[in-house]
Amino acid sequence: MSTLVDGTTAVAVPPLEPAPAKPPRDGEPGWRRGLFLLALVAAAVIFTIPFIWLISASLRPREYVFAPGFLPVPFAPENYNEAWAAVPMVTWLFNSLLVGTAAAVAVTLSSAWVAFGFAYFRFPGRGFLFGLVLATMMLPFAVTMIPTYLIWNEAGLTDTQVPLWAGNLFGSAFYIFLLRQFMLSLPRELFEAARVDGASYPALFWRIAFPLIRPALLVVLVFEFKASWTDLIKPLIYLRNEQLFTLPRGLKVVLDRFGYGGEQQWEVVLAGSVIATVPMIILFFLAQRHFIEGIATTGRRG
Amino acid sequence: MTSATTPVRAQRRLSPLARREARWAVLFLAPWVIGFLIFNAGPMVASLWLSLTEYDVSNPPRWVGLENYRELAQDRVVFKSLGNTVYYTALHVPLAMAISLALALLLKRVGRLQGFFRTVFYLPVMTPAVAVGILFFLLLNAQEGMINRGLGLVGVNGPNWTTDPSWVMPGIVLMSLWSLGSTVIIYLAALQNVPRELYEAATVDGASAWRQFRHVTLPMISGALFFTLIVNTIASLQMFTEVYIMYFSNRATQGAFSSEAAQFYVIYLFQQAFQFLHMGYASALAWLLFIVIMIITYVQVKLSNRFVYYEGDR
Repeated sequence: MSTLVDGTTAVAVPPLEPAPAKPPRDGEPGWRRGLFLLALVAAAVIFTIPFIWLISASLRPREYVFAPGFLPVPFAPENYNEAWAAVPMVTWLFNSLLVGTAAAVAVTLSSAWVAFGFAYFRFPGRGFLFGLVLATMMLPFAVTMIPTYLIWNEAGLTDTQVPLWAGNLFGSAFYIFLLRQFMLSLPRELFEAARVDGASYPALFWRIAFPLIRPALLVVLVFEFKASWTDLIKPLIYLRNEQLFTLPRGLKVVLDRFGYGGEQQWEVVLAGSVIATVPMIILFFLAQRHFIEGIATTGRRG
Repeated sequence: MTSATTPVRAQRRLSPLARREARWAVLFLAPWVIGFLIFNAGPMVASLWLSLTEYDVSNPPRWVGLENYRELAQDRVVFKSLGNTVYYTALHVPLAMAISLALALLLKRVGRLQGFFRTVFYLPVMTPAVAVGILFFLLLNAQEGMINRGLGLVGVNGPNWTTDPSWVMPGIVLMSLWSLGSTVIIYLAALQNVPRELYEAATVDGASAWRQFRHVTLPMISGALFFTLIVNTIASLQMFTEVYIMYFSNRATQGAFSSEAAQFYVIYLFQQAFQFLHMGYASALAWLLFIVIMIITYVQVKLSNRFVYYEGDR
């Protein structure tokens, strides 16, 4: 809920090529570049230390978790077995995967569908309606949280995973905005030629627009998957049954049971944290370009 | 894009073709309109109405008029949590923007290594907020945490980050600054869009590095600065997960002092709604938050209008 893409007003047709790394500016003295590099290395070390400590401490025996140094000595990989055995970690991983996939696919398809409506059709009030789409991006999650819960409660769907993704079937303002920008950059003649050939409107969407904005669709897909994977508040509100928990919600169980709730077995909590984090790191390396370009696009304003 | 030559308004009677097109337009927009009514407009109205009732989910809502708002005006925790939240926002947003800008400026100048460093700064953003909360709760530990150990190396006696009420918030801000990678990338993209000729012209005119930064770089990236200001502020005012994990777990030993020092507004809203089932009162809290966010955003937009430079016709 606090991801950057929750609300934006950016305007531009975003190019999806990776930003070319610019060569150092002419005439920049070597020592100055060296200084910049040194500053960056220092910052990078500071940003990396928490990760290194997390991994290393998760591999140490209980009484060494807070030991000085960054090496996992003594080496205790059995922390992971313990985390794995004590809680239904596999179930939670699977749930997160399922919910994340459903959320990401739902929001991608529906947002693209609606974006096509805004990009292709011309009708009175379109500007106003699109303004309304943009306005909902500013609406704080906390304000609609309670009535939304009551709706799902009324529908008898609390304590199921449905509320975690089904809202995504109706498109999401930021993604509609983003995908519309991409669709507007497609030459209109493409669609008109297909119309002349007798293509239906859904065919225009599915056969022409959809494949052509594939890179943008991947941006939406990976962003939403990440947002769903890391979300705590929805599972916290909607789920009671431990078997239905997603990883962040499950990690809170580990924390309450092994961390400051119980035994102070921080090594188990840390192992659980690593298990919840690693899939996101893998996702980032698989889809790095889409994350970076998606974020860069977010703030680009013409 | 240029084919809308037929004035729609003039066509009282639509041709069959146009009617078919209109039908499809409705079908394409329908999911969003329905979603808007159910998940945005509906809840807005519903929560305004709920805020005038007493409702615990199992019994029907009971009309109480403005009672919730009266209660809210006397609730010490409301003011405490609102104060904490605004304090956090006032610390986090400018710091995150300044540090991100510094990092982006450095990144812009390192050439081929840029991709590597960008990844380093972005990876914390990929880390689930729950894990971030756990990790920093331990890193901030006064006696054994890495942060105070690091400070000890340079001869600084680190504070009791997690237990001293006046140090809880700075600790939370420190944690929040770990995840500023998105802002860095936005600034970097904006910096790379600044035309090089502007710097060349400035150099010819003999402008110093500082003046170039002040009169070329800042105006040219003011759009990105404005955008991150608005988005980060709205997100900060709704801070929840990391702090909830650090200070609001089911811990018997939970020191009351630190949890009050870490009482954020949305956490209080969440507790009122889902732990005490005071749905009416929580709805009033939600509306107050909505109004606060609207006012702050409005002020920011108004102030920024004087500073934001738009290329071209705006």
